[in-house]
This record gives sequence, structure tokens and C-alpha cells, in this order.
Amino acid sequence: MLPAEMPGISGEDVHVGVKKTYAEINEKIKSGKVVVVTAEEIIGMVEEKGVETVAREVDVVTTGTFGPMCSSGAFFNFGHSKPRIKMHRVWMNGIPAYTGIAAVDAYLGVNELPDHDPLNSNHPGEFRYGGGHVIEDLLAGKAIKFEATGYGTDCYPRRKIDTYLTLDDINEAFLFNPRNAYQNYNIAANVSDKTIYTYLGTLKPRMGNAHYCSAGQLSPLLNDPYYKTIGIGTRIFLGGGIGYVSWNGTQHSPCGARGENGVPLGGSGTMAVVGDLKQMKPEWLRGTSFRGYGATMTVGIGIPIPILNEEMVRYVSVKDEDIFAPVVDYSYDYPNCTGKTLASVSYAQLKSGVIEVNGKEVPTAPLSSYVKAKEIAETLKQWISKGDFLLGEPVQTLPSADSGITGKSLIEKSAP
Amino acid sequence: MSPKKILLKFPSGIVEKPLIYHLVKDYDLMVNILKANVNPSKEGSMVMELSGDSPNYDQGLDFLRRQGVIVDRLSEGIVRNIDKCTHCGACTSICPSGALYISRPSMEVIFEDDKCVICGVCLKTCPVKALEPSVNGGNGKQ
Ligand code: SF4
Ligand code: SF4
Repeated sequence: MLPAEMPGISGEDVHVGVKKTYAEINEKIKSGKVVVVTAEEIIGMVEEKGVETVAREVDVVTTGTFGPMCSSGAFFNFGHSKPRIKMHRVWMNGIPAYTGIAAVDAYLGVNELPDHDPLNSNHPGEFRYGGGHVIEDLLAGKAIKFEATGYGTDCYPRRKIDTYLTLDDINEAFLFNPRNAYQNYNIAANVSDKTIYTYLGTLKPRMGNAHYCSAGQLSPLLNDPYYKTIGIGTRIFLGGGIGYVSWNGTQHSPCGARGENGVPLGGSGTMAVVGDLKQMKPEWLRGTSFRGYGATMTVGIGIPIPILNEEMVRYVSVKDEDIFAPVVDYSYDYPNCTGKTLASVSYAQLKSGVIEVNGKEVPTAPLSSYVKAKEIAETLKQWISKGDFLLGEPVQTLPSADSGITGKSLIEKSAP
Repeated sequence: MSPKKILLKFPSGIVEKPLIYHLVKDYDLMVNILKANVNPSKEGSMVMELSGDSPNYDQGLDFLRRQGVIVDRLSEGIVRNIDKCTHCGACTSICPSGALYISRPSMEVIFEDDKCVICGVCLKTCPVKALEPSVNGGNGKQ
């Protein structure tokens, strides 16, 4: 871990570092004096003016990412019918939602599929419609078919209800995504002799292509690698509206290998995020289908990073050529959890369109939209500049590289 | 007559015959091969643009059919619905003809209709179904 910056205490030529607080930056936002730039724009500024000047000039740096994020979904409260029903099963446009919570509450996961989906019976399956598509349809203002069944109780006698709902008809609807915005991610390739269909897209045989899924230098957690400003309560751009970081994400694994700049060399950190679905937009929460794999949702997330000191400037000025990710074979090594990687390449190489793996030139393609990531960072910049969006100071930052957290594998055991 | 895109399917065994040569020489047709997947011992396929005068054109196709070739006219094209496209890039590494590609450094995904050989792979690969078949021929160059 990089040493924390120590401000000078005495002496004439001792360097006194730049220090800003969340409250000071929020005052600047309210008075319209705040200076906000994107994580792409700051790179050139730092090269030109140096870290210290930029730390004085810039208050907030905005990031963005727009990629498929499988661990996502929404909680709903549908309101009570007359007579009441305790919803034991719920379907929204034919997609089952989880009802193991109170009577008229449910959670719709974006990977969920219709009961009679052909799945992969005719491999590779299409997975044209799933939970993520329902969320997109609701946001687009469409009426969805709502069905629920109950087993009947003295207090909830009704056994069945069929109706149509729009997002306005639903009481609470909030997105709650248990794992989003992976800090970094594998690059998928396929060394086998046949095409494979994965959550990282269609991979051609004999390393005919390699797919990556990160906005690189614009991606939120790559710009604050030790989560110094990101934690519970951080206010973010989520699905076109405002959301919050609510916890670390599942599989948050901050203690793996990092480069000298602190940037993780593989997966690493994740976030759980929450926000009111009703103010989100269908263009930023998109139902998504991966052939042969399943349905999911593409989620837009942007995080503002406060420039509290010079250390933060160094983090947010990270460039694609300084961020590395592992190339992993998805025909054997990934499914069998061998832990083997084929190579480590930078996002600058990935974005050039060709990487070299074991002497072979492999064409690359992204699954995460850099164009949209930029649009998110720009939107967030405008919100903050116009005074519409204040920074949320985290009440607790995400567990970092000193937390000792490591992921566990699932071990098969006999009964204890 | 303006060129038409056709798909030829060759059963195994006839790939070695100089069929295309006869189309050009005997029927005076112009051939522009867009994509070929031929292997002497297996069945093969070829997408081409074919043009020529009308009796010759039909006679040429009849000649191919007599040789056992299955001829399909590709009247459908592919269009990209630009409102749906997220510029993710997932289609660019599977498009065999380079019709879908990334423009750098903007990282925008471009669709060049002219290069499309209508193989249809992208229809199934685009995660948000932004690529769509168009019955009247593609004009979705955006
Ligand atoms: S895969 Fe679909 S959404 Fe992605 S760039 Fe291609 S056309 Fe656009
Ligand atoms: S149909 Fe799609 S994948 Fe095939 S050549 Fe045309 S654009 Fe490329």
C-alpha cells in the first residue's frame, strides 16, 4: 500500500500538501464554484500541470462504466389487493420473482428466466427475455403482466391474482445490486478447438478473439484503488438516476496482487449499490442476452471522486497503459478453476484492438461500452457543476488491501 | 442489372469443379466473392454478388443448380438500430467481414452495410438485439 501523505509541519521549504474536506467541496458545489473534470480529462491535466497544481484546481473527478452486471435486481412492493393475498409465487411478464419475504414484497433478479425457457436445450440458447428486460420495460413506461398465487391463510385468503402493472402502480421499487462495478476483470479467450458461448460473449476457437469488460481508465474503482473515498453512503450515478453505495459487493476481494500504482492486477473490489428505480432511465438499465449463457442487465454506474489531497490526484490520473488484467482461458481453466492465466496485458493494448498472447496476435473486443462510460462521466460532471448533486461522505469506506479478506471456495463435505 | 447477393451451398464432392469459371466464361456474369468457406472434402458455402444480363443470369443459376449447388437469393439485409446500440463492441470480433468494427480512439462501433455478407452471426450475438434483419435489404449504414 502506498504511504499516506504526510503534510509538512514546520520549516520553510517543507511542502504543505493540499487538503480539502467533503464539506468544503459541497460548499463549492452549492455556490457554483466547483471544478469538475472526468477521469479521462484529468490525465492530460496532470501531465501538463503536475499533481500539486491539479490538486488545488480540481475538486471532483467523475468516472463511469456501462457493462453487463449479473448480480443486480430490484425489490418491489405491489400493494395489497382486496381481499388480501400472501404472494407465494410471483411472475412479472412471465419471469418469476423471489417471494420469500413479506406478503406483497418480491425481488426480481436480472438473470431470472421464464419457467419454460428452452435454456440451453438447443445449444447455444438465445435467452431473449429475463428479469433485466422486465426492469427495462418498466422504466420505459410499459405495462407488464403481473401474476401471483398464494396458498390461502386466515389473514390472506386470496389464492390468485392476474393484472397489469406499470412502474407508477407499484409502491416501492428500488434497485438493489449485490455486486456491481468490478474493479478489474478477466480477459476471456478460448484455447480449445470449438467456439464457446460465455458470459463474456462468443469466443472463437484457438484464441480467435479475446473479450474484456472494463472501461479501464474511466472505471470507478480503478480510479480509487484503495477505496479511500468510496464506501457506505457514497452518492453515485446509478442507472440514469441517483443511487448510493450500500456495502461492499459480494466477492469483494481487495487483498490480491496490485501494481506499484496500487491498481489490482485482477478482479478485486466490488460494490453493492441501491437506488430508487422510479427515477432511473431505460437507456441506462438495459436487458441483455448472452447467447448460450443467459439473460442479464447492462448497468450504468458513475462515481464522483473528491480530490481531498494530492494522493487522490495520483490515483485518478491512472492511464490505460498502467492498468493490467489477466487473460484467462474460458474453455478449460475458468470452468475448472485452475487459477492459470495466459498473459497479463494493459488496457491500452486491449483498446488498440490486438493483444499478444504466447506469441500469437489475438484480436480484442470489449463488452463494456467506453462510449457510454464517457457519457456517464460527462453527465455526472454536469450534475455536479450545476449544483444538482452533492457528494456523499461515506460513513465507512469499503474494506481495503489491509482487511485480510480472501475469497473462499465451495468445498464438498460429508455430513458433520 | 445491379448485382444481387446470393448464397451458394455446395454439397461435398463438387467443390473442386470450376463452377465460377463457367459462370464468368459461358454466361458472361460478373462475380464478386464476398465470403467463401470451401474445403475439398466437405460441404462448402459462398456468398457472392452476381450481376449480368437477365437471360444469362437465370441460365447461369440454372447451370449451378444442375451441378447440385443450392442457390439462395439473399434479399434480406442487416440493419443496426442506432437507438438500441450501446457501442459495447461485442459484435466486432465475431463479424467475419469487418462490417462491424470499432473506430479508434472514440471506441464507437461502426456498421458498414456494404461490407456485410449477411451471415447473420451478429443477430444472435448482439446482447441488446440492436442488429435486426431487414426484409427489403439493409440501409442501416450509421
Ligand atoms: S453488439 Fe449490439 S449493442 Fe454492441 S456494439 Fe454491436 S450492435 Fe451495438
Ligand atoms: S450479418 Fe452481421 S456478422 Fe455477418 S457480415 Fe453482416 S454485420 Fe457482420
